Amino acid sequence: MAARKPAGKPNISGDDLRKYYREMLLIRRFEEKAGQLYGMGLIGGFCHLYIGQEAVVVGLAAASKDGDKQITSYRDHGHMLATGMDPKGVMAELTGREGGYSKGKGGSMHMFSREKHFYGGHGIVGAQVPLGAGLAFADKYKGNDSVTFTYFGDGAANQGQVYEAYNMAQLWNLPVVFVIENNQYAMGTSTKRSSKSPNLWERGAAYGIKGEMVDGMDVLAVKAAGEKAVAACRAGDGPYILEMMTYRYRGHSMSDPAKYRTREEVQKMREERDPIDRVRELLTTGGHASDDDLKAIDKEIKAIVNEAAEFSKDSPEPDVSELWTDVYT
Amino acid sequence: MYIREGGYAMATEILMPALSPTMEEGTLAKWLVKEGDTVSAGDILAEIETDKATMEFEAVDEGTVGKLLVAEGTEGVKVNTPIAVLLEEGESADDIGKAAKKAQPEAASADAGAEAAPEPQANGASEATAPAVAAIRAAEPPKPDWPEGTPMKSMTVREALREAMAEEMRADDTVFLMGEEVGEYQGAYKISQGLLDEFGARRVVDTPITEAGFTGIGVGAAWGGLRPIVEFMTFNFSMQAIDHLINSAAKTLYMSGGQMPCPIVFRGPNGAAARVAAQHSQCYAAWYSHIPGLKVVMPYSAADAKGLLKSAIRDPNPVVFLENEILYGRSFDVPQLEDFTVPIGKARIARTGTDVTLVSFGIGMTYALEAAEKLAENGIEAEVIDLRTIRPMDTETILNSVRKTNRLVTIEEGFPQSSVGNFITSVVMEQAFDYLDAPVINLCGKDVPMPYAANLEKLALVTTAEVIEAVKKVTYR
Ligand SMILES: Cc1ncc(C[n+]2csc(CCOP(=O)(O)OP(=O)(O)O)c2C)c(N)n1
Ligand SMILES: [Mg+2]
Repeated sequence: MAARKPAGKPNISGDDLRKYYREMLLIRRFEEKAGQLYGMGLIGGFCHLYIGQEAVVVGLAAASKDGDKQITSYRDHGHMLATGMDPKGVMAELTGREGGYSKGKGGSMHMFSREKHFYGGHGIVGAQVPLGAGLAFADKYKGNDSVTFTYFGDGAANQGQVYEAYNMAQLWNLPVVFVIENNQYAMGTSTKRSSKSPNLWERGAAYGIKGEMVDGMDVLAVKAAGEKAVAACRAGDGPYILEMMTYRYRGHSMSDPAKYRTREEVQKMREERDPIDRVRELLTTGGHASDDDLKAIDKEIKAIVNEAAEFSKDSPEPDVSELWTDVYT
Repeated sequence: MYIREGGYAMATEILMPALSPTMEEGTLAKWLVKEGDTVSAGDILAEIETDKATMEFEAVDEGTVGKLLVAEGTEGVKVNTPIAVLLEEGESADDIGKAAKKAQPEAASADAGAEAAPEPQANGASEATAPAVAAIRAAEPPKPDWPEGTPMKSMTVREALREAMAEEMRADDTVFLMGEEVGEYQGAYKISQGLLDEFGARRVVDTPITEAGFTGIGVGAAWGGLRPIVEFMTFNFSMQAIDHLINSAAKTLYMSGGQMPCPIVFRGPNGAAARVAAQHSQCYAAWYSHIPGLKVVMPYSAADAKGLLKSAIRDPNPVVFLENEILYGRSFDVPQLEDFTVPIGKARIARTGTDVTLVSFGIGMTYALEAAEKLAENGIEAEVIDLRTIRPMDTETILNSVRKTNRLVTIEEGFPQSSVGNFITSVVMEQAFDYLDAPVINLCGKDVPMPYAANLEKLALVTTAEVIEAVKKVTYR
């Protein structure tokens, strides 16, 4: 297991860095495209973009192995792309088409892939937390060494069921990593206005759960912390809490007046902390990639995203018979 | 950012963006740029008022504002209407005639690069929502809940609800509002807009996302002598707290032998909005109407929303008050009376008729009234009853109507099994069986979780066409 390295002087290969860069860029470009399709009326309902938080899922994907499970909230597009789900199928779900992961029946908030061990896509704040512990329960029961990453927001961290899940997860040593994506706001409510204790990960201490706070804008720090958490879980020493300090650049959903924070605050974050810029800099200063290399990656990502958008428009609406299927098996 | 490719080197049109699930049109509240201004990506161009919020609308590209096509203050600007023309370097206002479409779909993103994209297509999603409100026309006009000659004012359901809460809060210091984003954010659906300013943080209480917790606190506060209004951001989230609604709020008066009344209102949007999928699109009318000890109210019009909410706040019992996001933006006449209330437990005859009785409530009234209008064109006069309160139910009004028309169709958005219509049917069978000339039909939402896809969602909801078809069946036409 890799030791945790301070960010900035990473002992990490150019290949790995390029991989993280590419994966984060894919999420960002995908989300930008989704925002555009929403404005055009091609995507409806709620659409929660992940822009700014890319390092969290990409870093943890790098710390996980095949068979590990993921579950999260409605802000789920980045998680799906990080698990390797097909951007075409994700975008087509956003447009509600037959080619989507849920055949168009779930939409932005509700997508799943058993193949990629992605268990959704949940719309009720906090509900995914015990569900994730339950996935881990099944793995422990079956005796395999898989770990479940259970993602939830700083707002969700106030739901009572989170703490019921904590207690049982620790009581039964479930192999679950609780990943708090602290992007500092739950809709328009800053963590300061919703929570007296500033460090959300410390709440696990009441149940004896180990945890730590992580710079969620630094993909390498995320990966290192993830490796530590995963190792604990695989060794039967779970659960583990990672509080990822991150930031969402966009509104909560597409219809957020964003009066609760200043434009300067957002701008500052983008300029000074951007997770993609950070890796780009490591790539260029470390001599791992030339401008041309980066341009080639940009071009490749753009092509993937455009292809996904095309697919999501060309894929037909689900057949009307689908209204009645999948209620029962 | 996408550009609709045109034939020429061209100026680009900025289109009215869709900014929320239910937005089909919006108000261009304010231009923050004028013609001739140069803008760069990220600059705020305008403030746009959607059905949910006022949003800043940013430029995604740089250029010069060539022309503002829509004046500020214009209401009802349809999504995708060109609202301005942006000139790129080297272009002049003369190029405006050949402007290509360029959407600026989001209130964000300075870093989106310009990308070529295919033709934007028509928004199939929006058709699923907000059918036109049918005018109420009837042979013998139904009686309103206010004296003849009362001055009326047109207002939205949203404004009516806000006014009801404000009036009751002014009148009674024990009334307070609590819930997620009700204060500083001004309400997730703008219902509580301005209330924090007027009443302060003591009486407009922002909560963390903890429905079970704050609902329990609300019930406890009611026992402690206050009159809480607990807002659920949507009723879907009341399921996190349903134990407190039923086990704590509804039953304690009975369990305490009458000692422990619970004067509390649980309110928020209920039912399907638009394209928000299964976990966010559910009608709780039948669910909560199952429970002795709860009152359940579901208004359709703004007048009823106001009058019933005031009554609910004053009621000594727990009241579940079910609103509807799609109705929030609709306008109705509301009587201008100093203290206008509508009694809980009283249905309203919205349209009189002799051939068939239609019973509905909430947004279902839209389909019932629209169907009644169309049926009248074919010589079928439907009597339309707006139930308004689901529990305690005004079965008398229904029975009287059915005794006259001998036919009944109920219309609601909830699931079919154990629906409100099922209960109405059983009452009519028991008390007016001999008057029925046809089996009762209960129209409901389809027996499936709400799908996201636009075409499936439309099919899952009850429609005006289904009402017309059902009426033809019970009238044997
Ligand atoms: C039980 C429940 N209550 C309220 C909501 C409405 N809602 C959706 S997202 C959200 C904010 C959640 O914030 P956070 O957990 O920080 O996640 P983020 O959106 O920042 O990713 C709220 C209040 C909901 N979906 N479910
Ligand atoms: Mg958050």
